Amino acid sequence: MKILVCISNVPDTTTKITFTDNNTQFNTAGVQFILNPYDEIALSRAVELAEGGKGTVTVINVGEVSTEPTIRKALAVGADEAVRINAKPHDAYFVAYQIAEYAKDKAFDMILTGRESIDYNGAKVAGMIGELLDIPSVSIIKKLDVDGTTATVDREIESGKEVITIPFPFVAGTAEGVAEWKIPNMRGIMSARTKPLTVVEPKEVKTLSEILSFETPAPRGQVKLVPADDAAKLIDLLHNEARVF
Amino acid sequence: MSVLIYAENADGKFKKSIFEAVSYAKAIAAQNNTTLVALSIGNVAAAELSALGKYGAEKVLNVSNDKLKSFVNQAYASVIAEAAKKEGSTIVVLSNSFSGKGLAPRIAVKLGAGLSDGAVSLPDAGARFTVKKSVFSGKAFAVVELTSENKVVSLTPNSYKLVETGGNATVEDFTSDLKDSDFKTIIKDIVKATDKVSLPDAELVVSAGRGLKGPENWGMIEELANLLGAATACSKPVSDAGWRPHSEHVGQTGIAISPNLYIAIGISGAIQHLAGVSSSKVIVVINKDPEAPFFKVADYGIVGDAFEVVPKLIEAVKQLKAS
Ligand SMILES: Cc1cc2nc3c(=O)[nH]c(=O)nc-3n(C[C@H](O)[C@H](O)[C@H](O)COP(=O)(O)OP(=O)(O)OC[C@H]3O[C@@H](n4cnc5c(N)ncnc54)[C@H](O)[C@@H]3O)c2cc1C
Ligand SMILES: Cc1cc2nc3c(=O)[nH]c(=O)nc-3n(C[C@H](O)[C@H](O)[C@H](O)COP(=O)(O)OP(=O)(O)OC[C@H]3O[C@@H](n4cnc5c(N)ncnc54)[C@H](O)[C@@H]3O)c2cc1C
Repeated sequence: MKILVCISNVPDTTTKITFTDNNTQFNTAGVQFILNPYDEIALSRAVELAEGGKGTVTVINVGEVSTEPTIRKALAVGADEAVRINAKPHDAYFVAYQIAEYAKDKAFDMILTGRESIDYNGAKVAGMIGELLDIPSVSIIKKLDVDGTTATVDREIESGKEVITIPFPFVAGTAEGVAEWKIPNMRGIMSARTKPLTVVEPKEVKTLSEILSFETPAPRGQVKLVPADDAAKLIDLLHNEARVF
Repeated sequence: MSVLIYAENADGKFKKSIFEAVSYAKAIAAQNNTTLVALSIGNVAAAELSALGKYGAEKVLNVSNDKLKSFVNQAYASVIAEAAKKEGSTIVVLSNSFSGKGLAPRIAVKLGAGLSDGAVSLPDAGARFTVKKSVFSGKAFAVVELTSENKVVSLTPNSYKLVETGGNATVEDFTSDLKDSDFKTIIKDIVKATDKVSLPDAELVVSAGRGLKGPENWGMIEELANLLGAATACSKPVSDAGWRPHSEHVGQTGIAISPNLYIAIGISGAIQHLAGVSSSKVIVVINKDPEAPFFKVADYGIVGDAFEVVPKLIEAVKQLKAS
């Protein structure tokens, strides 16, 4: 079983988000970058499925050299090898195209992504790769089991789930429930230094979208406190002032 | 040209979020001086289909094919892209539902279109097609320009108002050639809590955290939610501990929601939690600690013990409903 896990390098979840250059650039000064939490779940499941010689796990990132610490972290968690497509990820189509171009002649059985990146929150790379390779894509999945060359997944739907079977090869965007986060051990960290990390130059592709600027949400006004012994007042305010019900 | 809206149904009915998307697509069609065509796939009754006209669809294409009774991502994407081509639709609109998230990227690739996912505002009516979306998990917005000729936009539920235009839609059958290779996935089972308001669609949400101490104390949370017609949600440690299902977990690593009202009970307001709920229109916090960070982003608050406050709220809602 050959598994490809797509990983993105994102600001730590506690990062205060600010912008520079007249609100056109994300300010990375002092920002700690991490492996996107959902991608980490995908990777953890991939490593579990491949354990004991049952398969190999390759991780791929589209990014500049600054993402390599995150790629090494993925190797420490248990991926066998890594690929970095040496480019700034311009838009989701660019990312999906580079990954599809890399994967198309390598016979991966399964391509896993996170449900979405926690920076640009597009939830679109998985579906785009699926379409580019003309194979099924399922997003968002909360459980992933493999039997032979077929996977069974739980797809999240409004107020429930669908249980779906998919033959290899396919793409899936994973969320919590698929696996527990794995914490790399010392051996993993040591071996990550010597595992192969191949750098591939990007293919040319048309740009379809462009971020023009960023905005930060307007701050909320002062909180209106209601005394605990007059809780009914809160319902009155929500009904008559905020008019939410 | 025209604008195409994919009107997803849930068991034969259109949800409010779909009518929002139709209203939104109608406004885009008006900006471009063109017509709005709706596409429905699955078994939907004629009266329900023509209801799409009320929100601005001039024509409804109806695909009812036994093979497409339940959702098959690849096949649905092929049908929608084919309809867009036949109708000369250069802009395709969807709701950013779970199915919409699966479909939009495939449709965009098929049409060579740029995709603006999770839009929260109308495109700018100027020369450049720009749409605002939430980024950095609710901490900011990005203004994204689609530079391609064809465009796909998916709309975040509860972020655009319903606009009734009072029109009538004509309904036409639409057939398309289905490829076997689009039917590789097979649905084995569908598990749905039908008695509950679904969290991503909910306008009102009652959420609770570790301050509730244990799963046995959720009775009052559910009672308050039921009385309000609200969905229930929880913080991550609560679902991690198995007190509540993962599907209720909101935040950076759970789901992001933007209801009209979010009531947070016994939740501290960690930055990762706020990431999923900060775009709620009104936020109410009930916490016994006046220093809880959640109060900084709240509109209304009560500093107090949830076990005393929530029963009082329940009483007050009952009285309001009785009056
Ligand atoms: C340094 C940097 C500069 C950027 N500059 C621009 C810009 O100038 N203009 C602009 O429009 N956008 C820019 N972006 C945004 C970028 O286009 C998106 O990150 C990318 O399109 C992926 O979309 P998404 O984040 O919505 O992914 P989603 O679809 O939410 O991601 C889903 C999954 O896809 C995989 N994935 C996502 N990104 C990558 C990746 N890079 N490599 C491998 N797998 C990945 C992961 O598994 C992820 O969980 C930039 C991003 C970065 C990190
Ligand atoms: C990578 C990462 C991702 C994460 N993603 C998420 C996420 O998606 N969603 C999420 O929620 N968290 C997430 N977290 C966890 C987050 O950091 C917090 O730990 C979590 O949100 C805290 O949950 P809580 O508020 O329920 O519990 P606590 O922080 O323990 O807060 C409990 C609150 O209840 C109050 N309280 C106690 N007793 C009472 C009472 N009787 N009446 C009223 N109030 C009372 C306390 O004053 C306190 O403020 C993530 C963390 C990391 C590191």
